[in-house]
Amino acid sequence: MSVTHDARIQVHKPAATAQRPAVRGWPDINNPAAWIMAVILLIMPLIANGFFLIEIFATTLILGTIALSLMFLAGYGGMVSLMQLTIAGFAAYMVAVFGISGNANISLGWPWWLAVPMALTLATIFGTLGGALAVRTEGIYTIMITLAIGAAFYYFTNQNWAIFNGHTGINNVATPHFWGVDWRADIPFYYVVLATATLCYFAVEYISRAPFGLALQGVRDNPRRMAALGFNVNAHRVAAYAVASFIAGLAGVLQVWNYRQISPGSVSVGACIDVLIIAVVGGITRPVGPYIGALVFVLLRTFALDFLVKIGLDGNRFRLLIGLGFLAIVFWSSDGVIGLWQRWRQSQVREENRPGGGRGHG
Amino acid sequence: MTRFVERHPAWALIIIIAIAVALWLIFAVWPPGLEEAIGRKRVFLNALFNGITLGGLYFLVASGFTLIFGLMRNVNLAHGSLYLFGGYVGYAISASTGSWILSFIVAFILTALVGILLQVLVFRRMEGQDLRQTMVTIGLSIVFADLMLWACGGDFYQIQTPNWLIGPIELPLITAVKSSGDPVYLRYPLVRLVIFLASAIIGIAMWLALNRTRIGMIIRAGVDDRDILAATGVRIQIVFVLVFALGAGLAGIAGVVGGTFQSLSPGEDIRFLLASLVVVIVGGMGSIPGAALGALIIGLAEQLGSVYIPTYAIVVTFLIMVLVLALRPQGLLARR
Repeated sequence: MSVTHDARIQVHKPAATAQRPAVRGWPDINNPAAWIMAVILLIMPLIANGFFLIEIFATTLILGTIALSLMFLAGYGGMVSLMQLTIAGFAAYMVAVFGISGNANISLGWPWWLAVPMALTLATIFGTLGGALAVRTEGIYTIMITLAIGAAFYYFTNQNWAIFNGHTGINNVATPHFWGVDWRADIPFYYVVLATATLCYFAVEYISRAPFGLALQGVRDNPRRMAALGFNVNAHRVAAYAVASFIAGLAGVLQVWNYRQISPGSVSVGACIDVLIIAVVGGITRPVGPYIGALVFVLLRTFALDFLVKIGLDGNRFRLLIGLGFLAIVFWSSDGVIGLWQRWRQSQVREENRPGGGRGHG
Repeated sequence: MTRFVERHPAWALIIIIAIAVALWLIFAVWPPGLEEAIGRKRVFLNALFNGITLGGLYFLVASGFTLIFGLMRNVNLAHGSLYLFGGYVGYAISASTGSWILSFIVAFILTALVGILLQVLVFRRMEGQDLRQTMVTIGLSIVFADLMLWACGGDFYQIQTPNWLIGPIELPLITAVKSSGDPVYLRYPLVRLVIFLASAIIGIAMWLALNRTRIGMIIRAGVDDRDILAATGVRIQIVFVLVFALGAGLAGIAGVVGGTFQSLSPGEDIRFLLASLVVVIVGGMGSIPGAALGALIIGLAEQLGSVYIPTYAIVVTFLIMVLVLALRPQGLLARR
């Protein structure tokens, strides 16, 4: 396995050192931008109407959470897993199967507070088993195996009619309705999604500084040394898969409530790869990256058609745009959009600090 | 062989019994009880031959994939796109000139050119960064898929089989005995057999080229340790370009083959990418005999599975992969 030894994502030294002073407290607490962002997200229903609220922002948060689980595995564990969307889709299917849906011969009709924990448990088990399989290999092999798992699940849902209802999928999935509130109505649903995403975000940020997260980052950087120090490398990796699966499962539950249906199309191989694109475009070194990537992706997906038509091109070339953007990011910034932003900030600071002012001559 | 028998006597026994049972199933006239239990022999033989010929197609795709990986450590996730590209090129050539053989040659040359361009323009710039290369191939596969959808649309294409290959051929395998006592022989499409033979010849030629020629020696040395090979004065970049061209060209040929006995449409690229992933995971990354064995196993599992357990055919393939990963994570025939 020594050939793939260097295949993990390179650690970015500047980012690592920048985080060090913040290890003791929450890093975001002194950052005004983070506070402004939080306030904007909280009062979003006042700014945006139903379409923007759900189709753009709630979808961004859901996709971002799925990508966050990938970011957790890839950024802290060095394992690029392409099956995170599959786990989310599995959780979504389980909600539809155990809960109430239009396909009465399949759904068991459990109330949501029973179906959701069941779905989350099963999704976590599914993801952990997949992870246990994937950690038997390293680096680029992980990509291939998780991609194969995702593809197998997609073809399986297409063929299985007893549980997954074949390629039509399960429609009219019931959404929770309690305390006199319809939680799928635009504004309550937005807050449910926001709360879940916030929870996942801070959980990942907390874990990254907890002993487990630090050990995981050690495993990413040098598994042999960690093993020599007495850490069980594979157990840490499998545990990371379990955490990531739970996060992905949460997002999957929200996703099935959002669309009220689930079909093999939502767990297709292309969609699995989209999650990787989202995480990489946003940046996989910090938890905020996936959300930025998801916003870019959702905006592109929603408006690329109009935009392309407006500048006189064929509107159906949206995936070409996404692919080229992804290629550009991978070529020029291995740290995604946040990497570009940080580099720009650093160059600004350098310019200000330059004695005599760099702009005056000439 | 003898070493394997000495080291794993139990496994050797199981394998020998399995081969004996398979041979009996193929050559013997089935007793009526067996036909009642698992269906007619003709169905079984057809599935078996379909599996073997599909394995030949999978081998063509996967051998290029595994060759590129073995030498350059580059998991080329755009390999499926090269397959589909070769198929479309082959369709265009055979539709305009009517020559089936010519479509193979042109598809090979054009996909090999694409491979050379990829290696020179893209992968050379990020040598040694395996993960980044893999990400780039993902991006490329998205771009290629959309470009091909743009150029060819979402229709199904099928490459015309040449006249001299159309029609079935009678094989000396008895499927049943008529009540009059005459044996009924198996009839099977000639084109699939020819294609299987061709892929077997390509496989053997590749094996010979790798094991008996000087360039093959250089490639094998590169698989083992490319840094030392470069240090001994071999111009490794040229070797990389050659191998990438060969691997891509094989994918192009496979595209023409796939377009002849299946069909070409968007989405086939992902299907064949997945197939070659599973094949090389089962057979062992970077090993040509491993790709052959894996392709045979996966092709047989898919076809026999779709006949006898139609709902779960994909799952059988996947279970084989899981089993191999659990027992022998490096793949069946990998050396490490």
